[in-house]
Amino acid sequence: MRNLISITDLSVQEIEDLIHTAYRIIEDPAHFAHACDGKKLAALFFEPSTRTRLSFEAAMYELGGHVLSVAGAGSSSASKGESVADTAKVVSCYADIIAMRHPKEGAPQVAALNASIPVINAGDGGHNHPTQTLADLLTIHREKGRLNDLTIGLCGDLKFGRTVHSLIQAMSRYTGIRFLLISPEELMLPGYVKHDVLEKNNIPYEETTDLEGAMSRLDVLYMTRVQRERFFNEEDYLRLKDSYILTPKKLKNAKEDMKILHPLPRVNEISVAIDDDPRACYFKQVSNGKYMRMALILKLLEVEV
Amino acid sequence: MRIEPIQNGIVIDHLTAGTSLKLYHLLGLDHLECPVALIQNAVSEKMGSKDIIKIGADLAIDYDMIAYVDPGATVNVVKNGVLYEKKTLSKPKRLVNVLKCANPRCITSTEQELEQVFVLSDEEKGVYRCMYCEAKAK
Repeated sequence: MRNLISITDLSVQEIEDLIHTAYRIIEDPAHFAHACDGKKLAALFFEPSTRTRLSFEAAMYELGGHVLSVAGAGSSSASKGESVADTAKVVSCYADIIAMRHPKEGAPQVAALNASIPVINAGDGGHNHPTQTLADLLTIHREKGRLNDLTIGLCGDLKFGRTVHSLIQAMSRYTGIRFLLISPEELMLPGYVKHDVLEKNNIPYEETTDLEGAMSRLDVLYMTRVQRERFFNEEDYLRLKDSYILTPKKLKNAKEDMKILHPLPRVNEISVAIDDDPRACYFKQVSNGKYMRMALILKLLEVEV
Repeated sequence: MRIEPIQNGIVIDHLTAGTSLKLYHLLGLDHLECPVALIQNAVSEKMGSKDIIKIGADLAIDYDMIAYVDPGATVNVVKNGVLYEKKTLSKPKRLVNVLKCANPRCITSTEQELEQVFVLSDEEKGVYRCMYCEAKAK
């Protein structure tokens, strides 16, 4: 039985296979409409989430399966003090696969160690968010036609941004990748990602605070939100939240075929004036996330279509 | 200064000078009732100076903990005044309930019954990370 806790649980070949399945789903969704008939996905969301939860639910419904949903720790047994391990054992009796979001880092790993069904990490604190990375990879693949030879700008909260950490881990396995890390000093990429991923794999990277200065070199610009829930101190959040706001003016020097990604939700870091720019891909990313979650559910349930 | 050889017990030798006190506490030797000698900055031909811990009883000790603190240490088990066994150590791949994760966002911070598991993520630098949240051991 397989789980997906970190994006590195999947080999490059397995990611290619998932992308291939996603393309097949996009081409002929009707062919997959009953692939998971009779199967149940337990969506255990112990932290607020709209997009990811709906994406998992839509993915399972479009495969013909059913969804058992727990939204918010306050409405669940966790509020009564039940451990993650016990929750995983109990839910294994009801469902065929678990998608878990939890505010505590490592909680899905605990669930995977105790569940008798596959567990998908749907985001654990500031740690990992592998299915967002799958959405990002499919988006880059569809928009740029490749996952190699790209200069990728990561902008905003690189310290707590779990999507950024997972994307760096994933992209570092392809050739010709360069990163420009654009953030305020206080939200720079943590040392362990720089040393253990970038430097270990000899991936060239530069750190800068200047978004406009970096713009002309980018093939992909990955914007992120400064997340209030990751700060212990409200003052720090208020000081840093508006560090980078992408406007049409700032795109002046960007390449015509640069692509703008954002894991959403957006607060104000991308001006709505950019939404109609052909380079904006963040709403396409949402659809791509659903297709990749469908492909992943099929893989983990070992359903051949 | 002279410390008598032990008849039955354990000698943790070739400890890097300055590490014995930390190990003394981590191994819980301060709770033992048998004689325990802690020798700091002993003269060593190989190392210049070293620390040694002598425990006057043959008891189960945590070799993973010793290897974590100082993988260069050697452990000699003495029985009836004779060297019975000499162990060389290497950094363990996993440490179970040896270290505690300091990350307040880690699941182990709220679920106290979970085992504290750290895995060796960088053999060269001896870096351990929490199995759950991947925070570096402090």
